[in-house]
Amino acid sequence: MLALDKVGKIYPNGVHALERFSATIPQGEIVAIIGGSGCGKSTLLRAVAGLDRASTGSIRIDNIDISAPHEKIGIIFQEPRLLPWLSVADNIGFGLSELPAAARREKVAQALARVGLSDKAKAWPRELSGGQAQRVAIARALVPQPEVLLLDEPFSALDAFTRRDLQDHLLDLWADTRPTLILVTHDVDEALVLADRVLVMRPRPGRLFAEIDVGLARPRDRASPLFDAVKRRVLTALDRSLDRDVPDSAPAETVGAWW
Amino acid sequence: MTMTLETPALERPETRDRSASNRRWQRFARPALGVVLPLTLALAWELAVWSGWSNGRLVPPPSRVFATIMELARSGELWRHITTTLSRVAAGFGLGVVTGTLLGAISGYWGIARRLLDPTVQALRAIPSIAWVPLFILWLGIFETSKVALIAVGVFFPVYLGVMGAILSVDRKIVEVGRTFRLSGPAMIRRILLPAVLPAYVVALRVGLGLGWMFVVAAEFMGASEGLGYLLIDGQQLGKPAQILAAITIFALLGKTTDWLIELITTPLLRWQDAFRPGGET
Repeated sequence: MLALDKVGKIYPNGVHALERFSATIPQGEIVAIIGGSGCGKSTLLRAVAGLDRASTGSIRIDNIDISAPHEKIGIIFQEPRLLPWLSVADNIGFGLSELPAAARREKVAQALARVGLSDKAKAWPRELSGGQAQRVAIARALVPQPEVLLLDEPFSALDAFTRRDLQDHLLDLWADTRPTLILVTHDVDEALVLADRVLVMRPRPGRLFAEIDVGLARPRDRASPLFDAVKRRVLTALDRSLDRDVPDSAPAETVGAWW
Repeated sequence: MTMTLETPALERPETRDRSASNRRWQRFARPALGVVLPLTLALAWELAVWSGWSNGRLVPPPSRVFATIMELARSGELWRHITTTLSRVAAGFGLGVVTGTLLGAISGYWGIARRLLDPTVQALRAIPSIAWVPLFILWLGIFETSKVALIAVGVFFPVYLGVMGAILSVDRKIVEVGRTFRLSGPAMIRRILLPAVLPAYVVALRVGLGLGWMFVVAAEFMGASEGLGYLLIDGQQLGKPAQILAAITIFALLGKTTDWLIELITTPLLRWQDAFRPGGET
């Protein structure tokens, strides 16, 4: 279980990026964090990853305080961030250096097969397409079997087809060991395809604004009316979080509609 | 055949599918292309002297330079000069590379060390290295030590700058990958920083080697009884332009060969680079 308690972050330049963010995420849940730019999504994720320290509050995983990168937590960035001097196989095995070579080779081979890149084991990262490179990054993060996997807009740089493909792929991989997934995204569809719960944040300072249970059966059908209904709820919450007018919400809630 | 010379960088993967004979041709044709220009110039000059356009007294034709080289080689003198100069360059280059790498790494890795050390090094760098010659002779004598020291000074600065600059420009995003996998300090250096720095380090080594060859001549000008620099001075004082050109030619050959050796040793280590190679790989 991952427990975030009143997490806040003020950067040295005075920017108040995140304020009193609290959430409890049980093991194996998939949570999407969504919000306008500057709402502290990435700040939050980097704090959970232990890459930056929160200024206030606490982040605990199974009652262990997180203030530095931890073996139970893996992260996938927006870019694949593969090490260009290592082959695809060595990139995937990067986090397994403590294992004996034979065990490492076996795990890497399994992971390669699992992401469908067995034929690319010896290739250099420069020879991969964007989608392939991101699949290697996913394999690299999953191979040490983290309990929590953080994803910082992992598919935003990919085209729509590749993105869908990778979303399905991610769910498939998630089902193997069922780690907790925390996904930061701009894409409402992506959040609803993947997540059990959507957290909407509002900017300046970054705060939790709304929490929406998706409650749809898997695999999810993007064209179903239920999907659409939840999507509308998320979009409404997003609009409100940015203090925009919400024309299609209930009339009673619309400002100035009382006359 | 023309297409082998014109392969655009974008079509690189295709080269693998080409026939073996084609590839063999390329392997010899590419380096051969580099020899065309100097050979043409040499041949033109030879013809100019031979046809009486020039008497070739101050600029002797290639045949006479070659004859001088052969003569020096026959007497055994040439090897003595070459080995002397080579060992000076080797010692100075080694010393300069070791100190430059160490201090450059320290300055690049620790902020405090950089603030403490770098201004002084940069100030020293601003001194033309030849200006050290009188001092080195006073301190270290006129024999090998002062010569090696001067070469080492010349090699030190590009290597120092190259290493420090390379460390400072390592991609933060890649370092973060190392942090998420909880690499210790030494592991971070070995698994992330060293490979990331390597391409720039190779360039620094090659620049350093070039300066090493430059400074060995300066060092041998300041009073040497053997070495290729001595051959130059000797040729000037006795009015033997062919000997000067012979020494210059040997400098060119040695410099090119040692540079090529660095390239040869490091190419397998840099195969991963996603570099722009106009005109195909060489």
